[in-house]
Amino acid sequence: MHLPLTSQIINLFAAMLLLLSFAMLTQRRILSLINLFALQGLTLTLSTLVVAWSSGQHHLYYSAALTFALKVLILPWVLHRLIRKLNVKWDVETLINIPTTMLVGIVLVILAFNVALPIAQVAGTITKSTLGIALACVLLAFLTMITRSKAVPQVIGFLAMENGLFFAATSATYGMPMVVEFGIALDVMVGMVILGVFFFQIRERFESLDIRHLEKLKEE
Amino acid sequence: MISWPGLIAQLTELVLAVLLAPILLGWVNQCRAWLQNKSGPGILQPYRTLRKLFAKEAVLAHNASPLFRATPYVLFACMCLAAAIVPTLGTDLPFSPAADAIALVGIFALARVFISLAAMDIGTAFGSLGARREMMVGFLAEPALLMVLFTASLISHSTSLATIVERLAHMDFVIYPSLAFAGVAFTMVSLAENARIPVDNPSTHLELTMIHEAMVLEYSGRHLALIEWSAALKLFVYSCIGIALFFPFGIAEGGDALGLLLALPALAAKLAVGGLALAVIEMLSAKMRIFRAPEFLGTAFLLAVLAMLIHFLLES
Amino acid sequence: MNWQLYLVLGTPLLGGILLALWGHRTWAAGLNIAMSIATFIAAAALTAHIISEGPLITANEQFFVDSLNVFLVALTAFVSMTTSLFSRPYMRIEHAHGKLSDNRLRLFHSMYQLFVFTMLLVLLTNNLGILWVALEAATLTTVLLVSLYRTPASLEAAWKYFILCGVGIAQALFGTILLYSASERVLGSGGGALLWTRLEAVAGSLEPTVMSLAFVFLLVGYGTKVGLVPLHNWLPDAHAEGPTPVSAVLSGLLLNVALYALLRCKVLVDGALRAPFASHLMMGFGLLSVVVAAFFLSRQKDIKRMFAYSSVEHMGLITFAFGMGGPIANFAGLLHMTVHSLTKSAIFFAVGHAAQKAGTQIMDDIRGLMKVSPTVGWGLMLGSVAILGLPPFGVFASEFLILTSAMRQQPWATPFLLIALGVAFAAVFSKVQPMVFGETTAKSLPHPPALIPVFAHLAIVLALGFYIPPYLVDWYREAAKLIG
Repeated sequence: MHLPLTSQIINLFAAMLLLLSFAMLTQRRILSLINLFALQGLTLTLSTLVVAWSSGQHHLYYSAALTFALKVLILPWVLHRLIRKLNVKWDVETLINIPTTMLVGIVLVILAFNVALPIAQVAGTITKSTLGIALACVLLAFLTMITRSKAVPQVIGFLAMENGLFFAATSATYGMPMVVEFGIALDVMVGMVILGVFFFQIRERFESLDIRHLEKLKEE
Repeated sequence: MISWPGLIAQLTELVLAVLLAPILLGWVNQCRAWLQNKSGPGILQPYRTLRKLFAKEAVLAHNASPLFRATPYVLFACMCLAAAIVPTLGTDLPFSPAADAIALVGIFALARVFISLAAMDIGTAFGSLGARREMMVGFLAEPALLMVLFTASLISHSTSLATIVERLAHMDFVIYPSLAFAGVAFTMVSLAENARIPVDNPSTHLELTMIHEAMVLEYSGRHLALIEWSAALKLFVYSCIGIALFFPFGIAEGGDALGLLLALPALAAKLAVGGLALAVIEMLSAKMRIFRAPEFLGTAFLLAVLAMLIHFLLES
Repeated sequence: MNWQLYLVLGTPLLGGILLALWGHRTWAAGLNIAMSIATFIAAAALTAHIISEGPLITANEQFFVDSLNVFLVALTAFVSMTTSLFSRPYMRIEHAHGKLSDNRLRLFHSMYQLFVFTMLLVLLTNNLGILWVALEAATLTTVLLVSLYRTPASLEAAWKYFILCGVGIAQALFGTILLYSASERVLGSGGGALLWTRLEAVAGSLEPTVMSLAFVFLLVGYGTKVGLVPLHNWLPDAHAEGPTPVSAVLSGLLLNVALYALLRCKVLVDGALRAPFASHLMMGFGLLSVVVAAFFLSRQKDIKRMFAYSSVEHMGLITFAFGMGGPIANFAGLLHMTVHSLTKSAIFFAVGHAAQKAGTQIMDDIRGLMKVSPTVGWGLMLGSVAILGLPPFGVFASEFLILTSAMRQQPWATPFLLIALGVAFAAVFSKVQPMVFGETTAKSLPHPPALIPVFAHLAIVLALGFYIPPYLVDWYREAAKLIG
């Protein structure tokens, strides 16, 4: 009746991941947002390690190491440096107020759980019930992106979405093949570099990183 | 048929709760003083306050209604009833079929309605201010509390607190993330309901920052004594609910006398730790602006709903 | 070891690296052209190889070439070659007008080659995971190109492009993960479960619910890159604000490549579900795109935005055709992919020079091009006529085939298609006519415009309208059969 201990630990990590996604949704300060993102990466690494240990899939160890290097060390460091160079330390304005955002978030979570239910019954891994949480994290990251009006939090929401996708991969399929994971990691790195360049261009042109400046192109 | 051991246990629990609730309050205040490097007034200070207040004459405004005079007694009775329902020492309580977890929330709501009405009764500005703020906090805290109780009852398949305690105390060691989330949500709700920092400062004298204190500005003498005692009882009851839901080891099953005897030190130890934890939380936080209180409680509600959803997804 | 394949992939990669180092020199544009020509020759060699020897799997099953993607490879290499020929004089004029610095030219040249590399990788890979990675890389290489001019509008366009396509492609990643979870149970874990050839072989035993959900996510994800409504918002802005060669390759090539990715997934889903679920979804989105784009098109004031919506409309039409399925509709879809790619890039070439002459992209301010530069004027006129589906251009043939198959297979859709095509026709024709004829406001350019690519493309499209060579017909037929 009760799941084995490793499944329970993975479920605990999944719950923490969901909690962190909500925390990112409601977070006002940008430094804490980056730290929460790093914490999310750490939770992902730990859960991948546990899955690797209990399922015997050794390539997941490498995958966990890659996640740790990329999402706990490199990306937060790049983001911190970017923030310092762009000199942005504001509190993040949200487009709708925080209690409403939280309610919408809950609706999205219920939606994600419903969508994932039929797949979970079919998947063959030990962690299939966490697919719903993975999809919920993706949707919450998407909500984070659309309720922010500044560029850097939007990007962090984007990266958090990728975190959710990675978790979906580990929970539904024991992770993607290594070559694909390397490719995805490469894409993320290159994306960050391009975004960094981009931020400087935007700031140079608009003197601020407020996304509302970038809404002039509308349908006539 | 009523079981005599059960009835004795019930009455013992009730009397103990009523008599010892002020000690919990005193302990929390003493811990706060120690953490702030002050010497503090001593654990028995609330008793001295109550004795002083009972000795004084109760002064009433000449436009006070009968509601105003009845409210302290209603409040005290509600809290005693709540203390009777919550299993603090044992789970064999003859009163327990009378009310389950949901009715418990209703009892607290009843108390809140009466004190708010009494606050507005005299017609002073601060009274209405306190009443409005109290209602806002309650409006947001009640759903969160209900969700927490729902999560616990979903795990133990019953809404009667006694049954919940029995089942939760005897389950195998399973990690329930939903209970963890529910625990955090419950802590946040009890901070709000008991007027502790970060929602409300119980020792403030600035009326514009008050929530609960503003409602009792007009009371004096024995009325005020009863209200203070009810507040202490409320803190005691909330702590016991928390212990019953999340740390139920040590609560005696049935009317087992030895078990009841052992449950007393266990309860005292848990309450002491809980009081210390509360003092630490109070010391580490600052009081929030009133406008942030909905966010705080919204987060509590969110965590409670998450706990329920996670229970559905991961644990069933 | 297939040397043609490695040459096709290696040349643009090498070109990208070389131009990253030396892209700002005066001979950089020449190097760009040379690399593109080399790529095209390699692609032609590969095509000849495939036609003579049939489908090819190589390099530990990581690359797969059959008639479907080899024709797209040839098309991509050809259009990128002609675009590089066009971009040399165009960028020279832009440089002379002061809109671009040397460093930005370097960025442009190297990213252009890398972009071609990523597109060819998408087309040639057998691994669905690598396909995703390459398609995302294609987005990344073009983001900085769209914002090349650093104007506020171009920054906004590039930001929208990045975010919308990024979010979309994240959905496609989720779809790929779901696909992988379905295939893992049948093919075992490890890289083998994502190889398209193996998946096609076992499509019947893939779990239907997971596959249908995966297809929804893949359609949303890759459909964003194809420009299907309602996920098309990035397209008009990116086309209008980026430099013209970028608009040409985005419209002419990237949309096709994304649709190719979608087609490969559709084949798998059809095999797994044995129900027309995927077809219905594609038809629905395609029809919606055609109708919505036609109506938006008529309201545009910027010439590039108008033609961008025209791209949305045509891609919707192609998606609709592939959704219908069957040999004729698939044939028509493939033919339309070819002629649309050629015609649209030709139009963008002409539009680019027209905008340069008039100094603006607003259609009301461009007048009388025929007087100042007959070649630009005629290029624009003929291109618009071609894209609107007038005979004897090739677009007429493919549209005719699509409409007739629609009348036979999905008669309810035919009135919508006809109305949409009619609205687009009226809008474009009425806007282009005063631009080409009449009194002029255009000035002459510091360097002569490059119009050989325009007329080369249009000539091919015209030829295809009259006569499709038999080997091409067989080629398309085989590819159509593969799509099912």
